[in-house]
Amino acid sequence: MLQSISHNSAGKSDVVAFKLAEQDFCIDIGLVREIRGWTPTTTLPHAPDYVKGVINLRGSVVTVVDLSARLGFGAATPSQRHVVIIAMHSGRIVGLLADLVSDILPINDDHIQAVPDIASNPAREFITGMITLEDGRILRKIDLAQLLPAAPGAEI
Amino acid sequence: MSDMDEFREMFFVECDELLEVLANGLRQMEAPGFDKETVHAVFRAVHSVKGGAAAFGLTTLVTFAHRFETVLDLVRSDRLEVTPQIMALAHRCSDCLTDLVTSARAQVDPDESRVDALLSELDALITPEDDEGPIEFVPLTLDFGGPLDFDLPPPMPAAPPAPGLEIAMTPGHQLYRSGNDPQALIAALHKLGPVAVALETAGVAALADWSPEEPGLAWRITITGASYDDVAAVFEFVEDCCALTISEAPVEDRPEPCDDPLPEPAPAPPVAVAVEAPGPTVVPPANAPANASAEAPQSAATIRVALDRVDRLMNMIGELVIKEAMLSQVIQTAGLHEQPDVVAGLDAIRQLAGDIQESVMSIRAQPLKLVFQRMHRILREAADATGKPVRLVTIGEQTEVDKTMIERLIDPLTHMIRNSVDHGLEDSVTRQRLGKPVEGTITLSAAHRSGRVQIEVSDDGGGINRPRVRQIAEDRGLIAPGANLSPAEIDQLLFLPGFSSKDEVSALSGRGVGLDVVRREIMALGGRVMIQSTEGVGTTFSIALPLTLAVLEGMLIQLGDQTMVLPITAVQETLRPEDRMLHGVGHGTRLLSNRGELIPIIDLGATFGLEAPGALDSGVLIVVETDSRKRAAFRVDGIFDQRQVVIKSLEQNYGRVPGVSAATILGDGKIALIIDPEEIVLSLSNDQGRRLAAMASNG
Repeated sequence: MLQSISHNSAGKSDVVAFKLAEQDFCIDIGLVREIRGWTPTTTLPHAPDYVKGVINLRGSVVTVVDLSARLGFGAATPSQRHVVIIAMHSGRIVGLLADLVSDILPINDDHIQAVPDIASNPAREFITGMITLEDGRILRKIDLAQLLPAAPGAEI
Repeated sequence: MSDMDEFREMFFVECDELLEVLANGLRQMEAPGFDKETVHAVFRAVHSVKGGAAAFGLTTLVTFAHRFETVLDLVRSDRLEVTPQIMALAHRCSDCLTDLVTSARAQVDPDESRVDALLSELDALITPEDDEGPIEFVPLTLDFGGPLDFDLPPPMPAAPPAPGLEIAMTPGHQLYRSGNDPQALIAALHKLGPVAVALETAGVAALADWSPEEPGLAWRITITGASYDDVAAVFEFVEDCCALTISEAPVEDRPEPCDDPLPEPAPAPPVAVAVEAPGPTVVPPANAPANASAEAPQSAATIRVALDRVDRLMNMIGELVIKEAMLSQVIQTAGLHEQPDVVAGLDAIRQLAGDIQESVMSIRAQPLKLVFQRMHRILREAADATGKPVRLVTIGEQTEVDKTMIERLIDPLTHMIRNSVDHGLEDSVTRQRLGKPVEGTITLSAAHRSGRVQIEVSDDGGGINRPRVRQIAEDRGLIAPGANLSPAEIDQLLFLPGFSSKDEVSALSGRGVGLDVVRREIMALGGRVMIQSTEGVGTTFSIALPLTLAVLEGMLIQLGDQTMVLPITAVQETLRPEDRMLHGVGHGTRLLSNRGELIPIIDLGATFGLEAPGALDSGVLIVVETDSRKRAAFRVDGIFDQRQVVIKSLEQNYGRVPGVSAATILGDGKIALIIDPEEIVLSLSNDQGRRLAAMASNG
């Protein structure tokens, strides 16, 4: 669960909203370190299919997770237009591959609704809440902890 | 009270150094015709430990150090002859002192019985008139309001009263005009004996009345041990141009003798305030070189720095090297590489980055001496425990290794030394029967060899008893009965967990650790261990280590569209195979026949799941040898470079990847994975290899 929501005032927090397969998602801004353009990754052997590989972020080796594959939309074919959101979670840095970042929005905590009971959808386990915006859009709030790959086993 | 803790810590760090000087000095004293200065250094070390310990109220430590010091003083003053027995005792005392410091540091009670036993041995050497009586050290409680006093007054033999002379000198303007200099005069006096100099400024006129032509300074100099005539001779040429009196000094003005060899600085001569004076500036000739030379010879200034700061610097330089490579690539693509000033500038940066990298690595580098010195003690204890007379010969103590490695080498080396004494050397009776010298020799050597550090522990014992090793391995189910093993493979069995070549577990090595632990620790350092043994002649363990944990010499290889790095240390040779060298075994398995040896071929790209198995005639085969001496041929698509790469952790942000040890960043900013050949070979080779691998990973 997300613990480190950054409150800019009581009950309010900022989120970074991004698009993926024509749907709107967001993550807490406190977790976001920077947003970069897509750069080719180095493939990791024996990695889960949603792990695109690793990139060099100023000397650190950072895993890039293909959100589209992770959420069940199928593997993305990244282009120059794609973005990588660099996020930090419990000491680990991870890059999230998304179609584009749309805005940074202040969110009232009361506006976050629980996810309705939906059929077993891979997205279900990664989304912690739904936020209806005034313009009618719906933001799906992502739980970073669930998204990250577990450390793979030691066996080849 | 954190200040107190800090002082304590400082004291213990200092102790470590002093104990090292002590241990080192004692060893030097064993050599015939040792330098007298060595004894002084040893004495000073014990004395300083005592002084510091007294300040912290460590009574047992003080008592022991004092008695030890008394005996050393006897040696120092030639009242006690240096015999092997005395030296053995001194070594044991040095060990005991080390332990006392260690227990004081950990704030646990020291082993009093051992201390008492040694104390009575020491007492036996001290005749009543040698002793300076009971120690009247009152533990100083540290009070941070006042000045700190760590060093206690040394037990100094009362110096016979030396004739002292007092010189009063008031130079007139003629003295300066004739080109003379009071400083030179004082320096000349200093050669005659210890001097104390006081500057008197009473004669200096107030600024308003001051005339640059009229000197106002006067000196009062006390000198001991010089004759009137000698002193007068110094002033012979200036007598006319200064007011000079030379007289007997009153007793209380006599300066302390300065030839004290103890570390305490000679009492500073009471030099008064330096005043801007007419004529040449006067530099007080305090503590002239004669005193400085009495100090221990290690005079190079050092600073203590937290290792992580150096690590950070190292990381940044790694980045710099990568950025430099990126820049040169950009310049190449932009077509600027023919501009002479761009090329020259880039070359200069490259050179500089390389130099900085080397300098930082050398900051982290430390001589292996520290580890080797410890091994002397380990050997002594091992020899005592087994009752085998052994001596340790060390070669190449100055070989430098990364600081982090030094610390992590202590355990494996300790174990190997113990192992050599316990299992390697025969007992005295057997040695005598075989016509070998009764005293066994263990040689610990270190050397730099082609970018690696080679450390060897060799004994002149009986060598590995291979039939027995084999029998034990079979009995314990480590190998199949009748397995076809080469002598080298049999030796390798010693590294299996649970293997002990001794039937009965001895007090020394039956501590639940075996050579498998040694091997694992060395491998964790990126090194490898090998054994060589000749029956009846001895056994040699060789450890090959990288110079640093931060940089690795790698071969850049192509696998599909990925670049990977293969550590060069594993690479034996590379070749383009011809058909006649390839042999299929069953379905899908291929062997390379290379100079009569059959080596399994592993398609790296397919192993990593990066591409479908490639045809053998389109790629290159790299023959690798792992730490456990297993060979395999890696099929790769191409080889294109060999260079030093900066090692980056993959586990920090991702996790472990099978067959990959770490990552690095290439010149174009991309990440390349560093292959772990050992893991790949062991996991894919034959059944026996798999069993060895499983055992190694379980142990």
